Order: sequence, then C-alpha cells, then structure tokens
Amino acid sequence: MATNTVSETAEGLSLRQSRPRYGEKIIRFILALAAFVSIFTTFGIVISLLIPSIEFFMEVPITDFLFGTVWTPLFKNGEFGVIPLLSGTIVITLIAIAVAIPLGLGASIYLSEYASERVRKVLKPTLEVLAGIPTVVFGFFALEFLTQAILIKIFPEIEVFNALSAGLIMGVMIIPTIASLSEDAMAAVPSGLRDGAYALGSSKRQTAIKVVMPAALSGIVAAFVLGISRAIGETMIVTIAAGLQPQLSFNPLMGMQTMTSYIAAAGSGDLATGSIEYKSIFAVGMLLFLLTFLMNIFSIRLVRRFRQAYQ
Amino acid sequence: MSHLQLTNQLAGKGTPLRDRIFMWLLFLSLAIGVFTLAVLLTYVTIKGWPRLDIRLFTNMPSVRDPENAGAQSAITGSIWVISFTALVALPTGVMAALYLEEFARPNSRSQRFIEVNIQNLAAVPSIVYGILGLAVFARALALGQSVITAALTLALLVLPVIIISTREALRAVPRNIRDGSLALGATEWQTAYRQTLPAAIPGIATGTILALSRAIGEAAPLLLLGAVSFITFNPDGVLSDYTTLPIQIFNWTKDSREEFQVLAAATIVVLLLILLAMNFVAIWIRNKTQKRW
Repeated sequence: MATNTVSETAEGLSLRQSRPRYGEKIIRFILALAAFVSIFTTFGIVISLLIPSIEFFMEVPITDFLFGTVWTPLFKNGEFGVIPLLSGTIVITLIAIAVAIPLGLGASIYLSEYASERVRKVLKPTLEVLAGIPTVVFGFFALEFLTQAILIKIFPEIEVFNALSAGLIMGVMIIPTIASLSEDAMAAVPSGLRDGAYALGSSKRQTAIKVVMPAALSGIVAAFVLGISRAIGETMIVTIAAGLQPQLSFNPLMGMQTMTSYIAAAGSGDLATGSIEYKSIFAVGMLLFLLTFLMNIFSIRLVRRFRQAYQ
Repeated sequence: MSHLQLTNQLAGKGTPLRDRIFMWLLFLSLAIGVFTLAVLLTYVTIKGWPRLDIRLFTNMPSVRDPENAGAQSAITGSIWVISFTALVALPTGVMAALYLEEFARPNSRSQRFIEVNIQNLAAVPSIVYGILGLAVFARALALGQSVITAALTLALLVLPVIIISTREALRAVPRNIRDGSLALGATEWQTAYRQTLPAAIPGIATGTILALSRAIGEAAPLLLLGAVSFITFNPDGVLSDYTTLPIQIFNWTKDSREEFQVLAAATIVVLLLILLAMNFVAIWIRNKTQKRW
C-alpha cells in the first residue's frame, strides 16, 4: 500500500519537464553521432577490405589463396598462396606466446597473490613502461642487440633476419598485456575463496594454483587470447627483425615473412591502385582482420561472462 | 593434504621448499620482463650516445652524410601529426563517452553493441587501420599521403582508448553530484557539461595523454600512408608530405651502415624521452588532482 502511494505521488509530480527541449535533443544527437563513429570505423574497415578483396578473388581463386604454398606476388605470373605467410605468422606467434604466457601468468600471480603493496607500487608501473615502448624500438632491439650480439653466438648458422629474435622480443612485448589482464581477473576473485582454502590448511601456492587460478580461468584465458591476437597483428618487430622472404618453413633460425610484414612491405612501396599486387594487400588484410576479430570477440565475451560470475 | 603436511604448517615450521621455489619462479617471470626493459634502455642509450647532440634537432635526414644527418623533419612531422590527431580524437572521444555514460539507456541493445564494437576496435591490429586510412582517407577522399591522412588514421586508432578511459573517469564521478544538479533544475546536458565533465577532467587528461603517447610511437599504419618516403623538409600544412620519429627510426634501421644504426639509437632515445615526459605529466595530473569523494 505504502509503495503504491509513493508511485502515485511520483506520477503526479513528474520530474520530467512538460515542454520539450529541442536544444537538448540536438546535443544528444550530436553526442550519439560521436559514439557512432566507432561503428562507422568498423564498417569502414570491413568495406575497405572487402571490395578490393572481392576483386582480388575474381582474379585469384580463393582456394589457390587459402591453400597455395607459394607466395611470389612480385614475379611475373606470380603466385598467391597465403600458406607461407600464415606459417611465418604462426611460427613467430608460437615463439612469442611461449615466452609471454608463462612469464605473463607468473608475473600476474606474483602481483595479485604475493607482492606487498610497496613492491606492487614499483613493479606495476614498470610493466606499464614496458607496454608503452614503441614496437619499432623493440624491432631495433631484436635485430641489433638480440640477433647480432647474443643469438649469433649461440646459433652461428642463424640468419641476420630470423623468426626467433622477432618472436622472443614480441613475447616480452606481450607480457604486460597478459599480466595485467590476468591480474585483473585474479584480483576479482572474492577473498572468501582464498580464506576458505587457507582455513582448510592450503599453502599460498596451493591456494593460488588450485583455487584462485581456476576461479579466474575465463579471465586468464581471455588474456591469453588477446595476447595471441596482438602477436598475430604485430607489424614493426617482424618487419624489422624477421626479414621479408615468404617461406614455408618451421625453422626459427631462418627469416620469414608474416601477413603483417607483407602488408607493410607491399603497402609502403608505390603500387598502382588497380594492380593485383595492390589488391593482394587487402586480401591478406582481410584474413588478418578476420582472425584477430574472432579472437577479440571470443576474449571480450569471456571477460563479460567472468565479470557477471563475480558481481 | 596429508595430516603430516597440515601439522607442519600449523606448527609454523616455515614455508615448505616447494612453495618458496614457486614464489621465486613467479618473481623471476616478472623480473625477466623488467630486466629486458633495463637492458633495452641501457643498450639504446649507450649505442646512441655519440650522436645524442644538437645536430639531431637542427639537421635534416641525409642518405649521403650520416655524420651530419639529423631528425628535424621527423620531430616536426611527429608534432604536426600528433597535434591534429589530438584535435580530432579528443573531442570525438569525449563526446562519445559522454553519450555512452550519461545519455544512452544503460544496457540497451545499441549501447551494448557499441561497447563490444569499441572493445574490438581497441584490439584490431594497427596495420589494419593503415589499410583503412589508405583506402578511405588517402585514396577515396583524395587527401593523399599527407599529415591530415596520418592524423585522421591515428585518431581512429586511439579513439577506442580515449573513449574507454573517459568513460571510466566519468563513472568515477559520484551519482549524487548529478542528482543534486538535476534536482536544482539543470537539464541533462547542463548537468553533464557543467558538473560531471569538469569533475572528470583529470581522469580524461591522463587517459588522453597515454593514448596520444601510443599514437606518437605508432609506425605500422603510417608505412602504408606515405611516411616512408625520404623527407628533408618540415611540414608546412595539413596537406604537406611528412615523416615521423618512428618512421625515421625504421628507415635508419633498414640501412645497414653502422652510422645509421647509431643515429637510429639516438633518435630512439629522443622518442623515449618524449614518451617518458608525457607519461610523467599524465601521472602527475593523476596524483595532483586525485579527488576523494
């Protein structure tokens, strides 16, 4: 009864203004337009990739593109099999995540479960600095320092441009991404779960591995997926340090071309707009966009589900 | 857990060895990242030291004369590009965030759609933005390989970051400030513009500076937008040709002559100092204006 009266009063003395305010409506519309810029951007990306890609696939059958093992776009009657670019991307991404997943996860467990407030205050910003280093700097470091001062002594047969140095440095670059996202996930695990584990006599390590990590699993997986997506999309490190020869090889001591470094190399030359080489940039770009898009959406959904679980 | 282990712990005989090793492994994984950062900074500083002087700022790049080559056109180019990036991205980002946070119906379909879309855009590889810039700004809108093409492309690239951080800043403004304003008869826009937005400015400033520092270091999309060509003059307008610091570093890295590697390292130090200064300002603003509601 009481609630009923309140709602009646509220209706009677409505706080909404009776006179429409057109100025407010116009402003609201302009703000909405700004928010829609992001939608336009996505459409812009899809359309600017799609149209030249379709033209490309009218000249090169899509099966030749997806399953072909030779990529020689600049030759006369060049071949457009994307497998060598994909294999280069996969090799370098695997090296990168082999570095970034254990180190990023380890760092995040340390920061969320072990580090004292004072230590956290120093180490977290340091990781942020690492995340802020431009990738062209990482590329320079991979080529000039890692390859030429270190790797060449361990593997005398290594090529100057090689997948290993690019992959290792890319792994270091991705550590902060994985560490900070997994740490967010673990920090969101209610402390009651930890207390319960301690009360049952678990050690800190057991609590971290058997209670906190499983409870934060979807957030951690989301961090991994986003890290992989970043590795696939990274351009400057591979362009500088991994060389520009497309080859179907799994030997990390050799030079390789990735999807991104092909786009960068072909796109920075002066290609004629209508040529097949020009269109191939967009076809490779489309493949790159689709791969990273699927991973990003998967990761975003995981995070969303994770947040709901602990709200 | 066995009875023995349990008693061990309850007796407080110190942490078992396995646990201590585990903790040190965790610490090590963090230390490797920090160590690499330290090596990188030391390496570029030592390597670039011989060329870290005024010539870098006063001279233009040169292919034939590495001894006297500088990076002036790259420095001015970066300033031009980043200024216009900020000019486009900041108002658009803040308006978009205001709409999503203050005006859109919360959890409506359109709002969720825009939200997921922004999160995805934040993770799209930067080279894909280069393709977008090439197809739309450079070719379709015929802006060519100019400062404005680069600025618009980078603006789209950092927009998601600015929107996300601005929304966080707006969300941190307590509800009752808005309620108070509305109760005094202010309209939604007056409340947003005169109360919520000013209260969120420090957070917005911090987020924007960090986003722009990402844009300054970005090279990949600009490779497709003409920045690679050899530029020995400063931009004189938005339609001018340009180069930027990361691109100049990239060009020098490609040249195998040792003098150019030194030059690249010196230019990296300049770029990192600029980024450091920006981050310092961002953190300073955050600490200085941190408000407890």
